[in-house]
Amino acid sequence: MIPLSHYLVLGAILFSIGVVGIFLNRKNLVVLLMAIELLLLAANMNFIAFSHYLGDLAGQVFVFFILTVAAAESAIGLAILIVVFRSRRTINVQDLDRLQG
Amino acid sequence: MRLSDLQIWTITPEIIVAIMACAILMIDVAMPERARKTIGFGLTVSTLLLAAIAVVVGQDAGYTIGLYGLVVQDRVSDIAKLGICLITAVALVYGRSYTEERNLLRGEFLALALFGTVGMMVMVSANHLITLYIGLELFSLCLYALIALHRDSAEATEAAMKYFVLGALASGILLYAMSLLYGLTGTLELAGIRQSVSGFSADDLPLAVALILVIVGLLFKLGAVPFHMWVPDVYAGSPTSVTAYLASAPKIAAFVIILRLLAISLEPLLEVWQDMLIAVALLSIGFGNLVAIAQRNMKRMLAYSTISHMGFFLLGILSGDSVGYSAAMLYAVIHAVVSLGVFGCILHFSGEGFEADQLDDYRGLSKTDPWLAFLMLLFMLSLAGVPPTVGFYAKLSVFQAVIGAGLLWVAVPAALFVVVGAFYYLRVVKLMYFDEPVAKTPVRSSAAPLESRALLTVNGLLIIGIMPWIGVIAEACRNAILLVGS
Repeated sequence: MIPLSHYLVLGAILFSIGVVGIFLNRKNLVVLLMAIELLLLAANMNFIAFSHYLGDLAGQVFVFFILTVAAAESAIGLAILIVVFRSRRTINVQDLDRLQG
Repeated sequence: MRLSDLQIWTITPEIIVAIMACAILMIDVAMPERARKTIGFGLTVSTLLLAAIAVVVGQDAGYTIGLYGLVVQDRVSDIAKLGICLITAVALVYGRSYTEERNLLRGEFLALALFGTVGMMVMVSANHLITLYIGLELFSLCLYALIALHRDSAEATEAAMKYFVLGALASGILLYAMSLLYGLTGTLELAGIRQSVSGFSADDLPLAVALILVIVGLLFKLGAVPFHMWVPDVYAGSPTSVTAYLASAPKIAAFVIILRLLAISLEPLLEVWQDMLIAVALLSIGFGNLVAIAQRNMKRMLAYSTISHMGFFLLGILSGDSVGYSAAMLYAVIHAVVSLGVFGCILHFSGEGFEADQLDDYRGLSKTDPWLAFLMLLFMLSLAGVPPTVGFYAKLSVFQAVIGAGLLWVAVPAALFVVVGAFYYLRVVKLMYFDEPVAKTPVRSSAAPLESRALLTVNGLLIIGIMPWIGVIAEACRNAILLVGS
């Protein structure tokens, strides 16, 4: 049987890739959306692993909610991406500099 | 699990708003073009008022768990829901003509605003990590869409994109923290987490990681330094009516989730998170106030001022006792009401093709529009914390809590930065009262609908603390918090 720690390490790696992807990516907005998905998947991985090892179903129920929200989130993200592309003809992260933040 | 334990009436206000939001979307499709705006808008505002009435009628002096442990109804959630409904309704009324002039007042705008309100209400009644997460996401997703609704504006779409990425990052971090908490405690219910956490020692490493991630996620959503990058861009880039919506009621919801998730569930770890919050609060107060001085854009200036106000709000939380929590609650409610008023003034001043978002637009406002200038004066004094406005009482109660918790050294720098902050608030007053008007500045406020102007006047008068309501609200907050703590 695979021990719990393997799943947790995988979750932590996915989470780190997601966070690093958001902060290091300077080129493409679509990659940002992918990094965000990875964050949610890392949490899902943790929930399923914990749920299995605790023998408690609540964690798996939470995963279904997260999957639904993730779908809605990427839909809205892509919609905003299209609006951004329409108004500037680019999805380069560095070109998002109209507001000086 | 029997059906009679469902206690579905604990979420009556949420149900009302959710059903009406769906209905408004349908009605919007069926209505002829001309009747749409009036009917849809009237329905939206009356829905929010109806939900507020439902909160008052169904108020609960005790502590009721509903939906088999998913939601809780107590004084805190009642007060927060009432505030959220009323403030959102007023924000929509203020923004009506602005939104209409930019051709944004469609069924989607109203339905998204209502669904966002449902999200906030679910957040404040959450007793379970699932409910908390769903409420938070429902609110955030609606807000991203509301900002991006102004799709011809490059600023608004950019603000929406930035808010989306950082908001999603924050949710991801919070969710990861929740998964760790679940693994450590074996439960998703907040009361169970609290019970289980008190059995851990404070230097347990996995628990510390979970705690740090919870704090980072919450501070991202709150917009405190060093997680504040999105706040100025979102405030400045959004249509002002959406800024009014997101600057007011969500602060109350943010208070409640911080109270429930951090202050109550993780109270056994108070010593660990208190130090972190002290650093964040002082940084927010200092950074927000200093950078706000350099702004020429009214909405950006208010965004930095919000960052500093979130610092004061955290001062109340980090006191870590019921006095501190009730001070923070009072601060959140008052900040929501005052921001509502400030953005209401900007909305009344702006018009077609005129955003009124530059500080220079406000030169000589007292001569062209004395009514609006006077209200703006009241709001600015309240943000600065000058007595007898309510802003003074809010700051006073927070300082009392911090000093009562034995953290005098935190209160002193915070109080010094209040003085720094007074500079840029008073600069607006100086521009309005002592500068000559610029020729191009139009008089706009008289064009706004009467009910909106009347509301803004009431809002302004509420700010002067001589009204008895400040005592009533402070007392209500104190009782509510005492009940939660027990």
